[in-house]
Amino acid sequence: MTTIDTASHSTSEASTASASHALSTVGAWITTSDHKRLGRMLIGCGLIALLGIGAVGGLLGLERIDVNTTTLGSGSIDQMFSIFRVGLAFFAVLPVMLGLGVAVVPLQLGARALAFPRLAAAGFWAWFFGMALVVLSILANGGPGGGTSKYVALYISAFAVMLGGLTMIAISLATTVLTTRAPGMNMRRVPTFAWSVLVSSLGLVIVLPVVIGASIYLYVSYRYNRIPFGGNEGILDWTGFSMTQPQTFLYVLPAVGFFAELIPVTARKRMPMRGFVLAGLGLVGVAAITGATQLPHLLPWRGSKLYLGHFSTKLGDLISYGLFNIVPVLGVVIVVLLGPLAFAAKKGQRVAPKITAPFIFGFFGVTMLLVGMVASILDGVIDLGLQGTVYEEGTYTYVCYGAILAALGAVTYWGPKLWGRRLADKKVMPLALLGVLAVVLSSLPYLVAGFADQPAGAITFSYGGPHALWNTLTTIGHFLMVLTVLAYVGLALQGFRKGDLAGDDPWDAHTLEWATSSPPPANNFVELHTVMSPQPLLDLKPSPDAPKTETA
Amino acid sequence: MLALPPAPAPAPRRQLFVGTALACSAGTMLIGGMLAIWLRFRKVAMAGTTHLWVPKGISIPEVASNIMLFSFIGICIFAQWAVYAAKRDDKSHVGLALLLTGLLGLAVINAQAAVYAQMNLPIRPKDGTSAYGVMFYAITGTFLVFMIIGVVFSFVTAFRYLGGRTSEREIVTSHAIYWYFAAAAFTMLWFVVYVTK
Repeated sequence: MTTIDTASHSTSEASTASASHALSTVGAWITTSDHKRLGRMLIGCGLIALLGIGAVGGLLGLERIDVNTTTLGSGSIDQMFSIFRVGLAFFAVLPVMLGLGVAVVPLQLGARALAFPRLAAAGFWAWFFGMALVVLSILANGGPGGGTSKYVALYISAFAVMLGGLTMIAISLATTVLTTRAPGMNMRRVPTFAWSVLVSSLGLVIVLPVVIGASIYLYVSYRYNRIPFGGNEGILDWTGFSMTQPQTFLYVLPAVGFFAELIPVTARKRMPMRGFVLAGLGLVGVAAITGATQLPHLLPWRGSKLYLGHFSTKLGDLISYGLFNIVPVLGVVIVVLLGPLAFAAKKGQRVAPKITAPFIFGFFGVTMLLVGMVASILDGVIDLGLQGTVYEEGTYTYVCYGAILAALGAVTYWGPKLWGRRLADKKVMPLALLGVLAVVLSSLPYLVAGFADQPAGAITFSYGGPHALWNTLTTIGHFLMVLTVLAYVGLALQGFRKGDLAGDDPWDAHTLEWATSSPPPANNFVELHTVMSPQPLLDLKPSPDAPKTETA
Repeated sequence: MLALPPAPAPAPRRQLFVGTALACSAGTMLIGGMLAIWLRFRKVAMAGTTHLWVPKGISIPEVASNIMLFSFIGICIFAQWAVYAAKRDDKSHVGLALLLTGLLGLAVINAQAAVYAQMNLPIRPKDGTSAYGVMFYAITGTFLVFMIIGVVFSFVTAFRYLGGRTSEREIVTSHAIYWYFAAAAFTMLWFVVYVTK
């Protein structure tokens, strides 16, 4: 009896203890300022948001297959286009990129924590609730083109709050890279990923407040006098520049930094001409100036033939167009072109590259976003007549989905450090190929349809080309992207909980995050490390070319 | 696990100072972006048929706005005095300087309220088309938020310093940086909104 009583009591106690444990775990995550948890929360929420945004993209493609009928209702089309555009940049891509930075950068720098961790936590929650309110306002017929006044106003204010949160995270990240590096790690020794996060964060600190300022005007104007800023129809006119190229290059820059980080690890040697890689990543930061000017920089060429009249004006246009549209792309091109140098063997040196799933994701992701970047250069040439067509949507999707693909590689790469377990390469690699197919199908048809003058942001239109084909392919592409991310999240949930133990340095990597245990302890490092080169861990490893010594 | 040689404890790298500077950069871009939109609307209005930007019958109280500008000179001097005194561990002067900075900040807020009261500018214009009202309240209201943050910053810094954390000089320096930013932002705003009108 006593035993039974005790057992019963124990069961009850155990279930109470289990519930209490679950509650305290949830509480710990909600109130956390630990960068590893914050980073994972950003990445997780961003990927979940992407599932919804991808589905919206698919539905919009579906609507455009038959140009004569609408199933969603013409009243909600503007809002659907808005949520796709806003969501892809600010619900998914930017949070995932910043989340990677928050989770990994302090570890890469040998720091114990983020600078201003509570600011970053406040930023996360501001972003999260801002995003939730943006979605709510759109569902309640608010947002750009919405018909319910109070929810349009809610959309504008929530949008500003969301961007405010992302700005806070960017300030925290930039301060971390500038102030909390390990002893010996000067700015030239900062890992390329951390460097790209710094450039991106500084760009965001410059650009996002400009969008917030425009949103403040929009909000006050919408509440009291709707005419000057165009009411609900004017919202995207005034904030839309933050969701176009080359502005988006700033958002996806950490994806390029990740790939640059992975090249020497895959080649298993030091990165040659590393300074040029850092310079290339820095050049992408020029995109911030475009955001600050709040204008697209176009190239009017007056006629399709080579027209050289008004040469000085033309030269001015060319310089401004080149500076804002071509220079950021040039930065990524430099990084990509330097990649093969890492795989080139010097005399007497062996190069034995080790191709892994993160590299495959990174390679395809950066290739995709580079295609989008290069394609976006043409968008600014007025004579091509691509302005106002779906061409811009195609480049936008290329850049954003490409970055997400690279981000999945980054999660595969740093996941073992954050969770202590690794994903099986064989299971993950096919998803990279599926992802490439998804990106190409969701974006490329619109580059073609743009030349055929399919209008942007419209579901009823007419042109001579096979519009049903292009829009069907795009729809399939968006749903494939959703499938890719869904499958990846499923694999990650399983693999990072029950997969093989990763060990401290599963990729034979070069940077400091791999010098601590997986997952790292509360303060990241048991002891501080002195950094002697950009590859501090490689300094301690025996060179593959060194003669093998007999061990007893 | 590979073991690297232990390093000495890292020297402080002025985290608060750098963070404040970045936040000030963000604030500068916010005000700068808003001023750019202001100038664009003003240009369009001046090129219109009425050539009017400020609505008829509205006059800008220049005394109060000029006093606000002069107050910022005092604010910057007092904020820098706090830094100077903190370097010399002169606790009483640090406290005095910080409190004077905060008080002058409150005076600027008061002057802004006086500007609103004297202008009596309707946010909804009678003709319904002028953007001046909404833009004036939006930009000056945003700056008012920066002022409130600055005053809170001054009092928090004074509270911490007078409470015994005299070794934390960085917060006093960061506080000064914040007020330099506020002064620069207001100077831009003063010139565009109150002088060129």
